[in-house]
Amino acid sequence: MAYRWKNDLTHADVTPKGLFLNRRQWMAGAGAVMGAGLIGGQARAQEALEPNTFEEITSYNNFYEFGTGKTDPAAYAHMLTTDPWSIEIDGMVDNPGVYSLAEILEGMTIEERIYRFRCVEAWSMVIPWNGFELADLLTRVGVQDGAQYVAFETLVRPEEMPGQRSPILNWPYREGLRLDEAMHPLTLMATGLYGEPMPNQNGAPIRLVVPWKYGFKSIKSIVRITLTDEEPPTTWNMQNSREYGFYSNVNPEVDHPRWSQASERRVGGGLFARRIPTLMFNGYEDEVASLYEGMDLSEYF
Amino acid sequence: MIDTLNQTLRRLPEWPLYFLGFLPAAWLLWLGVNGGLGVEPIKALEHELGVIALQFLIAALLVTPLRRYAGLNLLKFRRAFGLLGFGYVCLHLLTWLALDMSFLWGQIAEDLLERPYITIGMAAFLLLLPLALTSTKSAIRRMGLRWHKLHRLSYVAVVLGGLHFVMQEKVWSLQSLAYLAIAVAVVAMRALWLTRRVARS
Repeated sequence: MAYRWKNDLTHADVTPKGLFLNRRQWMAGAGAVMGAGLIGGQARAQEALEPNTFEEITSYNNFYEFGTGKTDPAAYAHMLTTDPWSIEIDGMVDNPGVYSLAEILEGMTIEERIYRFRCVEAWSMVIPWNGFELADLLTRVGVQDGAQYVAFETLVRPEEMPGQRSPILNWPYREGLRLDEAMHPLTLMATGLYGEPMPNQNGAPIRLVVPWKYGFKSIKSIVRITLTDEEPPTTWNMQNSREYGFYSNVNPEVDHPRWSQASERRVGGGLFARRIPTLMFNGYEDEVASLYEGMDLSEYF
Repeated sequence: MIDTLNQTLRRLPEWPLYFLGFLPAAWLLWLGVNGGLGVEPIKALEHELGVIALQFLIAALLVTPLRRYAGLNLLKFRRAFGLLGFGYVCLHLLTWLALDMSFLWGQIAEDLLERPYITIGMAAFLLLLPLALTSTKSAIRRMGLRWHKLHRLSYVAVVLGGLHFVMQEKVWSLQSLAYLAIAVAVVAMRALWLTRRVARS
């Protein structure tokens, strides 16, 4: 790994519990960040980031498996059984198989990552996730030469996921990343937030978090990971390819037919919250812009 | 039975309907300020105001079919329904401009031009504007037959409103489709009556 990503937030932004749990991590990364800061050409937006409250993060969700309303997941996700849980890892890997959650977590470093989260619907949050880098998992299972993409699938269990009883989307929910995006140190497999186990409505027990992409790329309640050499089909792109591309990088300059992406509203500001400008790659331009060098981002949206 | 009801209704004044009709707006605002609309109250308020606007507009267009098929005479209250619908459309629009878009005029203009569901919603508002302005008794008297012709714009407006509702959804939703279906039905009824009348003459 070239470097491990570090928050641009100070410990003042971290909850006491989170700080306590992650102090070692925090100190270990401090030196590396100073170096990276000098190299970074563009100044990163230094806004005063304050994480959303646990209540905000867990009461306003898009998780169509439980219904299309923002409060449906919080209302119905308690029905979901998350233990036992396993993930099938297949395709172009050296060690394919069905791994239990415990096997996957074995030896992984769970760290806190405070990330901006930007929904394509132009609302956003700041979320203190807990999780490990997807790269660590992929390295462990052994990615074969020639693999270029990683495909993900969410659980299909209509008896516990009432939204799946109607064909609002083509189940299972599918997402995908290019292999270099998947291996990027920012890309997280999250198992919790605020130091708590992942709430069901946020994608328990394990979900993806790709902070520079619109939220729907960060697939929840993952049961399958497939390494492949072809760009995998993704749910929202299958639903409406004009509106949702495979890449779906946060980009205030690329227009969306439904929502202006130039600005966003941070959830939690109440009735008189003002819009704030949306940042290129959701504020992670220094870290990820190189992945897309030479690509026309309005074509590969 | 229906005659007694009609006679009672005729004795009721029109004005309390305006007062009652705006109570939901006041209630929503109160909820929004006090956290009762969830963690993203702007979207919730905007949505609810739009739905209520459609309900009143549809109610106004249900007055004639109700009289025709059920004998229920609500004609006295039709204007109040229409104006309440327009009032809620105004509140919905204002919520979008002020609270949702923070008066970012550049982005607002872009939305109006490039996002069809917003263009359609705005068109519905503009169609309702002359109707609201000609809703006084004197305007009705002065305009005569032209008033009736002008107010047929409400048929277009209510269907556009339903379409606006359906199109802003990311996936097909039963609620918005139901509103569009009802809007289309109340307008289709008029078209049917019109063709029958033409056929008879």
